[in-house]
Amino acid sequence: MTLRCEDQCVSSSAIEVTDLRKSYGEYQAVRGISFSVQRGEVFGLLGPNGAGKTTTVEILEGYRARTSGEATVLGFDPGTRPQELRERVGVVLQSSALYRNLTVRETLDHFGSLYPAPRSTADTIALIGLEGKEDARTRTLSGGQQRRLDLGLALIGGPEVVFLDEPTTGFDPQARRAAWDTIRSLRELGTTIVLTTHYLDEAQALADRVAIIKDGSIVAEGTPGEIGGGATKRVRVSWRDTDGTPRSEETTEPTRLLHQLTSDAMGAGHEVADLRVTSPSLEDVYLDLTSEEPATTPDAPAEASGRRGRRSRRG
Amino acid sequence: MADLSSSPKAAGNAEQGKSQLALAWRQYRLERKMFWRNPSAAFFNFMLPLLLLALFGALFRHNSKNLDVIVPGIAGMGVMASTFSALAFNLTFLREQGVLKRMRGTPLPSGSYLAGLLGNAVTNASLQIVIVVLVARFAFGVGWPKNWLELGVFLAAGVAAFGALGVAYSHVIPNFDSAPAWVNAIFLPVLFISGVFYDTQGSPEFLNTIATILPLTHLIDGLSAAMVTGAPLSEQTGDLAILAAWGVFGGFFAVRGFEWDERS
Repeated sequence: MTLRCEDQCVSSSAIEVTDLRKSYGEYQAVRGISFSVQRGEVFGLLGPNGAGKTTTVEILEGYRARTSGEATVLGFDPGTRPQELRERVGVVLQSSALYRNLTVRETLDHFGSLYPAPRSTADTIALIGLEGKEDARTRTLSGGQQRRLDLGLALIGGPEVVFLDEPTTGFDPQARRAAWDTIRSLRELGTTIVLTTHYLDEAQALADRVAIIKDGSIVAEGTPGEIGGGATKRVRVSWRDTDGTPRSEETTEPTRLLHQLTSDAMGAGHEVADLRVTSPSLEDVYLDLTSEEPATTPDAPAEASGRRGRRSRRG
Repeated sequence: MADLSSSPKAAGNAEQGKSQLALAWRQYRLERKMFWRNPSAAFFNFMLPLLLLALFGALFRHNSKNLDVIVPGIAGMGVMASTFSALAFNLTFLREQGVLKRMRGTPLPSGSYLAGLLGNAVTNASLQIVIVVLVARFAFGVGWPKNWLELGVFLAAGVAAFGALGVAYSHVIPNFDSAPAWVNAIFLPVLFISGVFYDTQGSPEFLNTIATILPLTHLIDGLSAAMVTGAPLSEQTGDLAILAAWGVFGGFFAVRGFEWDERS
C-alpha cells in the first residue's frame, strides 16, 4: 500500500515520519518518533550508540519493517520497497561492502547501470575525489577511499534523497573534511540528506536541522543554533565567591541573577571575581540530554528508566 | 523473509520483464568477471575434480569397470561442489560482508540478482562436466557420453536441486568463519555414501538405504546412464523424480529463510 499525500502533506517535504515505533520482542528500539525533512534539507539524527538512529534510518531505507506509525519517503511507503523509490534514493550503510576484485570504475559503471538516469561515472569520481584511482581494484583502496567509493555508490543513481549512516566514523581529520565537502556540494545540488552521526561537530557543520535521539525518543529538535542557545534560553552564570569557591548557576532569568549578584557585591564593596555569562553550546545540551541522568530540559519526555542505562553512554 | 519478488508493477508487464532478464544477464556477466578475477580460486575450483579423477584413473587404469564408476561419480561431485557448496559458501560470505544488503538497496530486482548468482554456479557446474568428459575421453580412453540429451537433462536437474539446497543451507550457516566446517560436514559424507569413488553394491545395508534417499546418488545414476551405460531417459524417471523432489524441498527453504542482512 502506497501512502498518498493528503492535504496536510506539503509537497516540499521529502520525508514524513509520524509516531514511528519499532519493537524487538519486549525491547522498544524506537518509541514514537515524529519528524519531517524538507526537500533540499540536510537533516541530522544525532545520538549516542544504541539510541535508535540506525533503526530509524533503516526503516526509511526499507531494510526494516516498522512496528507501528507512519513513514513516507518521497510520498512512498518505504516498507513496501517500491522500485521507483529505490531508483530515487541513495544509501550509505554503516559498513562498506564492495566487490573486492573490481576496479573503482567497473564498480561505479555496474551500479550506475541499475538506475534509469544515473550520474556519469566520471562526475561521480570527481564528486567523491577518487580521481586517479579509477583503475585500482577496490581491495587496494585505503579504508577512507573505500568509504568514499561507498558514498559514490549511493550517489551514482542521481538520488533525490540520500541516507548517510555515520558516514565519517573512523576517518582521519582530513578525510572527514573531504567527506564534509562532498556532502556540502551534494546539498548545493539540491539533494535531500539524512545523516546519522554521533559526532556533534559533524551535525553542527553539516545539518540544517538536528534531532537528538536518546533511548528511541527524540529529546530535542531544531537548528543547531536553536538547540544550543536561543530556543532553550538557559544561560550559565559562573563566578567566584569572596572565599574563592567557584560557583555556577543555570538560569532562564540571567538578568535577575546578575542584578542580585552585582548589587550584593556593590553593597559589600568588592568585585565579583571571574564573572562569566555563557549560553550553552549544542555540545552542552547534547551531553546534558544524552547523559545517564534524567534529562533536565522541561520538554524532554519522561524516560522508562534503568533498562538501557549502561548502553547509552555519551557518544 | 520470503519477499523475492521485485516490484508489484513487474507482474504482467512485458517490458519490465525483459529488463529484469537483461539485468540478470548483466549481473551474471559481472559474477563471471569476478570469478576469473580471482584466478587461484578459479584454478582450484576446477583442479580438485581433475586431481581426483587423475588419482583414481591411475589407480583403476587397468579396470575399465571401476573407471566407469569414477567418471560419472566425479562429474556428480563437480556439480555438487560448484552449486551446493559454492552457493552455501558464497551466500554466507555475501550476507556477512553486507553485499546482499547493499544490492537490496539498489533498484536491481532481487530475482535478477539471485538469477545472476545462480547462473554463475550453473556455468561452473557445466564447465566441470565438460572438463570431466574431455579428460575421461582423452586421458583414460573412456568413450564419449552415450546420450547427450540425457546428460543435459541430468545436469539441469542436478544444478536445480543442488543450487536450491545450497541457497537453503546458507540460511543454516551462522557465519562465514564456520562455513567450511558446515559445508564439508554435508559434502564429504554425501560423496562417500552416494558412491562417488566406488560402487556402493558392497556397502552395508543401512548406508545403502541412506544413499537411496540422497540426491547425489540419483544424479550419479543419471549421469552414469547418460555417459556410460546408455540407458534411456525413460528408465531414469525415478532418479529425475527424486532430484525434482529435493529441488522443491530446497527451493521452498531457499526462498523462505532468505536473509539479506548480517546476523547480529
